[in-house]
Amino acid sequence: MDVRPEFLALVLACALVTALPRVLPLILLSRATLPPWLLDWLGYVPVAVLAALTAIEVLVPGGKGLQLAGNPALPAILAAFVAAATTRSLLLSVLCGVAAYWLLL
Amino acid sequence: MKGFRGGVRAALPVVLGYLGIGLAAGVVERAAGLSHAEILLLSTVLYAGSAQFVLAGLLALGAAPAAIVSTVFLVNLRHLLLSAALAPALRGLPAWKNALIGLQLTDETFVVAAGRRPLSAAWMAGLNLSAWAAWAAANVAGAALSGLAADTRALGFALPSMFAALLVLQLRLQRRLRPALAVAAVAAALGVGAQLALAGPWAVVLATVLGATVGLALQRWTSAPSS
Repeated sequence: MDVRPEFLALVLACALVTALPRVLPLILLSRATLPPWLLDWLGYVPVAVLAALTAIEVLVPGGKGLQLAGNPALPAILAAFVAAATTRSLLLSVLCGVAAYWLLL
Repeated sequence: MKGFRGGVRAALPVVLGYLGIGLAAGVVERAAGLSHAEILLLSTVLYAGSAQFVLAGLLALGAAPAAIVSTVFLVNLRHLLLSAALAPALRGLPAWKNALIGLQLTDETFVVAAGRRPLSAAWMAGLNLSAWAAWAAANVAGAALSGLAADTRALGFALPSMFAALLVLQLRLQRRLRPALAVAAVAAALGVGAQLALAGPWAVVLATVLGATVGLALQRWTSAPSS
């Protein structure tokens, strides 16, 4: 049940570099009036981030090479998509995705 | 319901999702050799799902601390864009309140907050603290239950499943669906292409910037008056 000092240092360093991009834009940009085109652009950011993250996790597992044929993540992510579209529940979607992936492994 | 309690209520889908993913994260972190106390520290102080999966994976590989910190930085760099996107809704708040709100910014809470206007600091606090507490509790529970999970590979798939579900929920919130679908397709293709070419977390940032730009261009183009 101990925390190794070097692990504490690692977590603090990781937390610092994580906090900067989380905090700085909120502080700086909430003081400024943003032009409408920038607001529209920012409105597309979440869709783009999530699509990129999902596609990379599924198609380039472990960051090493494209995997298409026989990739169990492809039908499994489809199950998660269908569950999300029909139930709108994050938990049910995650359960469907993991269960499908586990069955296909 | 715009106050703290409203935020807690709005956090419910994220809390349920975090219970699943946090459980998986706890199992993966335990498998990487972290103690229960270290997992509690990690999930409360770093509080970043994908970064924690990455950190556990790199620790298990015996990576150098500097490499782990740089990778976590790059993985979490996308928050720059989320934080910027949330800023207009939180105008007029004192800087320290925005700093506290930003510290607990995640992909999931962002998606919940992005569909709401106006936002209040109390509502954000209710949302953020609920999600944060659920995440830490689930990580610790996952660590405690880790002996029961024979195969942790399937649990790692909780993360992409959550991203996929959030993408669907986010698309439902979009006022203009067609450019948004184009953004998703472009960002997905660019992300995979950039990941293969660069093999680094810059791929997500690059795909996001270009994908959102394509969306804006399409929106301008299709809504421009025909001459």
